[in-house]
Amino acid sequence: MKKIFTLITFSFLLLILINNSVLADNKISKVDSISKNLRCLICQGQSVYDSQSEFAISVKDLIKKKIEEGNSDNDIYEYLKNKYGNWIMYEPELDKKTLLLWILPLILFVFGGLLIFKKAFINYNKNV
Amino acid sequence: MKFKKLNLVLILLITILVFFALYLGMKKQNLYTTDHIVNKKMPNLISTELFTGEEKNLSKLVAKEKFTILNIWASWCAPCRSEHKHLITLSSNNNSKIVGLNYKDKIENAKSFISELGNPYDHILLDKKGFISIDIGAYGVPETYVIDNTNNKIIKKYLGPIDEFILEEIINILNS
Amino acid sequence: MINQLGYYSLVFCVLFSLFIITKSTRAIISKNSKFDGIYYNLVFLQLFLVLFSFFCLVFNFIVSDFSNVTVYNNSHTSKPLFYKISGVWGNHEGSLLLWLLVLILFLFLFILNSKKSENGYKLLTIVFQEVIILGFLLFIIFTSNPFEYLFPTPTEGLGLNPILQDPALAIHPPILYLGYVGTSLVFSSSLAATVNKSINSYWAKHIKKWIFASWIFLTLGIMLGSIWAYYELGWGGFWFWDPVENVSLMPWLCLTALLHSVLVLEKRNSLKNWTVILSIATFALSMSGTFLVRSGILNSIHTFANDPSRGLFILIFLFILILLAIIIYFSFEIKNPNPSNNFFWLSKETAVLINNWFMMYFLSVVLIGTLYPIFLEVISNEKISVGAPFYHKLMVPFLIPFFIFMSIGPRLKWIKDKFTKINYYQILILILSLVISYLIVEYSGVKYLFSTILISTSIFLFYSSASDLVKKNIQFPQKISHFAFSLLIISILVNGIYSKEINSNMKVGDNLTFMNKKIEFKSINFEKQDNYNLLRGYFEITEEGKIPINFQPEIRIYDQPVISTSEADIKTNLLNDNFIVFSLLKEGEVFNVRYQQKPFMIWIWISLIMLAFGGSLALIKK
Repeated sequence: MKKIFTLITFSFLLLILINNSVLADNKISKVDSISKNLRCLICQGQSVYDSQSEFAISVKDLIKKKIEEGNSDNDIYEYLKNKYGNWIMYEPELDKKTLLLWILPLILFVFGGLLIFKKAFINYNKNV
Repeated sequence: MKFKKLNLVLILLITILVFFALYLGMKKQNLYTTDHIVNKKMPNLISTELFTGEEKNLSKLVAKEKFTILNIWASWCAPCRSEHKHLITLSSNNNSKIVGLNYKDKIENAKSFISELGNPYDHILLDKKGFISIDIGAYGVPETYVIDNTNNKIIKKYLGPIDEFILEEIINILNS
Repeated sequence: MINQLGYYSLVFCVLFSLFIITKSTRAIISKNSKFDGIYYNLVFLQLFLVLFSFFCLVFNFIVSDFSNVTVYNNSHTSKPLFYKISGVWGNHEGSLLLWLLVLILFLFLFILNSKKSENGYKLLTIVFQEVIILGFLLFIIFTSNPFEYLFPTPTEGLGLNPILQDPALAIHPPILYLGYVGTSLVFSSSLAATVNKSINSYWAKHIKKWIFASWIFLTLGIMLGSIWAYYELGWGGFWFWDPVENVSLMPWLCLTALLHSVLVLEKRNSLKNWTVILSIATFALSMSGTFLVRSGILNSIHTFANDPSRGLFILIFLFILILLAIIIYFSFEIKNPNPSNNFFWLSKETAVLINNWFMMYFLSVVLIGTLYPIFLEVISNEKISVGAPFYHKLMVPFLIPFFIFMSIGPRLKWIKDKFTKINYYQILILILSLVISYLIVEYSGVKYLFSTILISTSIFLFYSSASDLVKKNIQFPQKISHFAFSLLIISILVNGIYSKEINSNMKVGDNLTFMNKKIEFKSINFEKQDNYNLLRGYFEITEEGKIPINFQPEIRIYDQPVISTSEADIKTNLLNDNFIVFSLLKEGEVFNVRYQQKPFMIWIWISLIMLAFGGSLALIKK
């Protein structure tokens, strides 16, 4: 029992070290990470990153240029949103219009949790 | 019992609402539309001219006329050929200037395209990398903007080639 | 001629449906519920008619009879026979006919299989199922007739989209439909049992088979779809959170919840209302999937020819079915649930509820994410996209508690487990591993705390489901499925977190270095095939101390219709998938080359097959 215990502890340690070293090694370029979050407007269901259409190539070049000019990720997103509307963003921003989109699932989760709690603790104890 | 009835009404209501919304949603177009760009200010556009090689500012080129028609085209784009004759028809209208924005093209190809099919454009500016097109919210070729020069606003934007129907609509706007 | 035969046998089928519905309704009302062989014969005849009609269409496709509009639009004489046949369901009309065929087949199997069930219940199930069948029949006949006549007959067809000419995709729709349609039977049967007041352990035992069967097919269907997306779409991903994919995931989540709750119903005669609600919801989700895909309301990679009247028909039909279900549920609902409906907090029942809780949460994320853009556009005219980042943000953090619950849940006993029986040291390991993760991350200055915790908990789950494999008090199919699921989770996470890729524009002769590897673009070759031309690229990847690997991805340019696709070359081994795909850029000489290293890819498919296998074991077992 003790043996397994140490074994597992060590394997977790190892895992974490591996995880960190592997991820630290993995530098994805900023252009890639930004263009992955953008919808290619003329290609159905593809991101700008995945697409090789002229539009997508231009957008990627533009992102590169903007980064070199010292723009932040947010500046670039804002710029593109201004030009093409929110539709270009794969991650909808949290504002008045998308509030429900983000919190409705969470509300449902809490609600479900309360139902189970009631069933397992309150009602059960009442009946017992 | 009362609670159950309330539940029923609530669920029915939600179902009906959801279905009604789906019904309305079905009637909408689900493709990319141009609504958000209409009534926006036209960004200032500076670029090299195709034939002269000079740096030009769009707003200075078109100051005299009431409208500008900005057409994005390229020699490699097949639909651009089909809409070219309509642009030539439009070029005879006196209320507007037609400006061509040549999209990611080779200069020789662009020139031979024009000499082959005729030149409807008052000016042709170059968009070598496609950045200008992004700046005005375009995403490909061909696309056509109608701009009101009095307040520098975009009145209308068309995706894809101009056809007879769009031609008539543009002429109506120009003559209004 | 064949066209007419196919069409009229469908029309005949309508009459049969109407006749069966009236006859069985009469029998139910008169309480003279003698269940004679006539229903069996009637449904058999119906099955025969639709099967006949289906074969007419298959025949038309095989002989390339272009006087049939469906064949003309979707086939071509130069296509291989296999794809001529799979073209039957590669389009809207044909796929609906297949759907209908499966609907009737399942009803027939149901009648065959439930000899021992009560007559009233059987008759009611037949009525409900026939209503669905009738709806689909009318839908096909009025809006999507696959036997439309075309004159003058063209000499050549338009061809099938080459991206769909693929073995995985050829069998993907039939398998998926078996899953979708299976839920219709669960729906009919649960409504019938509600009306008949026979929602009990016996019913659970009886319907469980259908739930398992649908679940297995749905699992396999989704898997085939994502395998196809993985190597055919050429982006190296297997799940894009595309609305059409979501639409198949939603019934799967619901069905998974149902699969667990029906066990509680079977063993403890509890969770009756909840099981019925889940049955209704699963079917509603399957149906709305059809609606969302066919109506063109969604913007997605998968496009069927859209026709507004079709969308409207399904919408109304779905609305009627759901309304019917709600009314039936509320009028026959079990009013006074017995006290056994409340569970001790530490019991298998509660564990199942927690499973359901998380499934419902994931479902609500996917559902809301898929539908919200539609609603927002209706209300405010604003278009938004909901993509992978949204789903990841809302789902991934919840995986951590989910994994922990799932590693404890299966070990609990029914009714009431003792607290002391819980493996303290296991929990201790978990807490300890979390603390260690935290400390290391804190002091090493590297900020990957979240992914570390995620991986740690998933390994914890894997460890506990693996050690469950040797436990005696857990049923074998369950052990296999849970183990497969934890393997799936680990593979997906590792794949998602540790995948590496590079993409670059290259000419022939160019080199590229990427993580100690040299990727060389050696040459290209032009080849001519039956119905396409192809450009084959030769790549070599060399790594110090290893044998060079050769890759030959292709760009295919199909004749009919003219479309070019990129075929990835994937080298699979147990640890990694190496993936190269290249595509043409406008200039002609330069290609965009993408190399990806995707760890544990094969294990995703293996674990999914294992998951379905575990389900099949449960199905076979008495």
